[in-house]
Amino acid sequence: MTITMGNALNRALRDAIAEDDDVLMFGEDVGTLGGVFRITDGLTAEFGEDRCFDTPLAESGIVGFAIGMCLTGFRPVVEMQFDAFAYPAFEQITSHVAKTRNRTGGKVNLPMVIRVPYAGGIGGVEHHCDSSEGYYAHTPGLKVVTPSNPADAYSLLREAIADPDPVIFMEPKVLYWSKAELELPVTTEPFGRAAVRRKGTDVTLVTYGPSVPTALKAAEAAESEGCSVEVIDLRTIVPFDDDTVVESVRRTGRCVVVSEAQSFAGVAGEVASRVSERCFHSLEAPVLRVSGLDIPYPAPKLEHAYLPGVERILDAIARLQWDDVPDLSHAGAPA
Amino acid sequence: METTLAPGGVAADLLPSPRPVQLLDPDGLLVQQPQDAHHYDVPSAERLLAAWRGMVIGRRLDVQSTALTKQGRLAVYPSSRGQEACQVGAVQAITERDWMFPTYRESMALFTRGIDPVETLTLLRGDAHCGYDPKAHKTAPQCTPLSTQLIHAAGAAYGEKRRGTDAVALAFIGDGATSEGDFHEALNFAAVFSAPVIFFVQNNKYAISVPLAKQSKAPALAYKGIGYGVRSEQIDGNDPAAVLAVMDAAVAHARAGNGPFLIEAHTYRMDAHTNADDASRYRTSDEVSAWLAKDPLSRLQTWLTVNGHLDEAGIRDAEQEAEERAADLRDRMNSEPTVEPMSLFDNVFAEPTPQLREQRAMVAAELEAEAQS
Repeated sequence: MTITMGNALNRALRDAIAEDDDVLMFGEDVGTLGGVFRITDGLTAEFGEDRCFDTPLAESGIVGFAIGMCLTGFRPVVEMQFDAFAYPAFEQITSHVAKTRNRTGGKVNLPMVIRVPYAGGIGGVEHHCDSSEGYYAHTPGLKVVTPSNPADAYSLLREAIADPDPVIFMEPKVLYWSKAELELPVTTEPFGRAAVRRKGTDVTLVTYGPSVPTALKAAEAAESEGCSVEVIDLRTIVPFDDDTVVESVRRTGRCVVVSEAQSFAGVAGEVASRVSERCFHSLEAPVLRVSGLDIPYPAPKLEHAYLPGVERILDAIARLQWDDVPDLSHAGAPA
Repeated sequence: METTLAPGGVAADLLPSPRPVQLLDPDGLLVQQPQDAHHYDVPSAERLLAAWRGMVIGRRLDVQSTALTKQGRLAVYPSSRGQEACQVGAVQAITERDWMFPTYRESMALFTRGIDPVETLTLLRGDAHCGYDPKAHKTAPQCTPLSTQLIHAAGAAYGEKRRGTDAVALAFIGDGATSEGDFHEALNFAAVFSAPVIFFVQNNKYAISVPLAKQSKAPALAYKGIGYGVRSEQIDGNDPAAVLAVMDAAVAHARAGNGPFLIEAHTYRMDAHTNADDASRYRTSDEVSAWLAKDPLSRLQTWLTVNGHLDEAGIRDAEQEAEERAADLRDRMNSEPTVEPMSLFDNVFAEPTPQLREQRAMVAAELEAEAQS
């Protein structure tokens, strides 16, 4: 049947709550309303207010409360309505969620999931479109996961809830309505395994989350001009799958990292650096990044100029020091 | 729920007493109690004797811990000398089934909780962030960020309630931390979810060097509870009888399902913020002397002695035990702990990531090379 990413996430929560009495869901507006994106739709009606409930509007409180509930054996899933709204919880996340296993010498673990609808492309107003994955990925002790399709959304969220460690589950808002033909439940690759979304031999695009469909479109366009592009979807930023990326780049000799986040000091830079260290002798060109701009996320009418699109990706591919420079100037034209 | 400030109304029921509850005055004499909502009975002589003994031991271990900084055995130590009534009394009012959420200043509370003093001081010695098993003792790691642990306490208390137990959570903070956002979020969450948590504010008058007058304009910190629908009380934090009596009421209130309780204990930290601080820069010796006259230990000792519950032999006995425990602490802190470098990688995640495995191999190789050179 046809499933959207939103449907898949909702079903993952439903199945996890049904299967384990200790799993519960809370946050702002997740109860009666079913979340502003309806990801928790129907959970309160089906399982009662004990299992999916609204909290006061206080993100630090929501995350801190989840920490306390973990101490008594619960496995909370909390929602941070929008990316930038999670910043008040930043201290709880970085000082406590990430560090508790370490601080207690392994005596206390925090099996919680913090769901963060993130990134742009939906015409959202300010503070609703940040790509905040870099903050979390930079913090040891947090797993950072971001699905790019409905099957992964279901499988990765189930794995996140079952994980003994805290998981920051980054949901690309722009893909909530993306569809797939799918029967749930489904199990895809586990955490720490990247997926090759498209095979290719000339250049590797490494990407994740909201940028995966854009990278696939760019690959298709390049193919039409005779350039074979491999597209890797990281799926989990932490843990990071060096092996899949390295194997691909050693074969293709060229790499572009695509990410919607600002590039400076970000995840794309980390990937580029790792590729350079491990594939230096195979590389035919420097690793390039195609990212969001190093500016605060812009007002909706300007986001088209901010978001890394097909043309910027094709332009990067063209700059990869080819002996016979591929002419991709027409590849990006609308089909 | 209808809220009103009318006398006898719901909001009025939450209000603390106009003056801090005091059962024993600084001279160790019983204080006449009001016959109203803020009436508290003097705890039994047996419990007061136990509190006094705990305070004698707590103070001695605290003084010993400060001394250990001078010998380089502790990197730093935040003394709680002068706050014995708060730390010992509050902990003696809860049981092993209850949770405790301490800050870095709660060494005496942790000693009273029955945690080995060496494990209590591990954080400050520098060999691990938490020396004890938080689950075994139902005691969270000592919290260094201010007030963040209060919301954990609310969550744990709510978790216990959901599990159907009658366990409560006791969370300590200082006066300065009531300015932090998490203090407010914790009170609000605890009230909304009717979580059985007791917020115990030790108002020791200074947040490092900043006096209370520059910290808050509230008539008393206890008044902060009413805005959240939290029953609150203020007490003389140097009166061990008042601490025990009001803690009893708070524990009973929370255990009975009536939600959180906030206690503001007016006390004074006799030493500086830590041994690294110079308190003479921000307070006068007259002020310190005035608080010395309100000493929690001597006032209870006076009451116990005058009323025939304690004699010279009893005092010597407690002091001897305190000396023995201080000597034991000193001896054990003199042995250099072994810290295993490879443990760095053990508890970041349940299973290390490939990236951590690589870094682990690098450090292992470095150590191997070091050992062979």
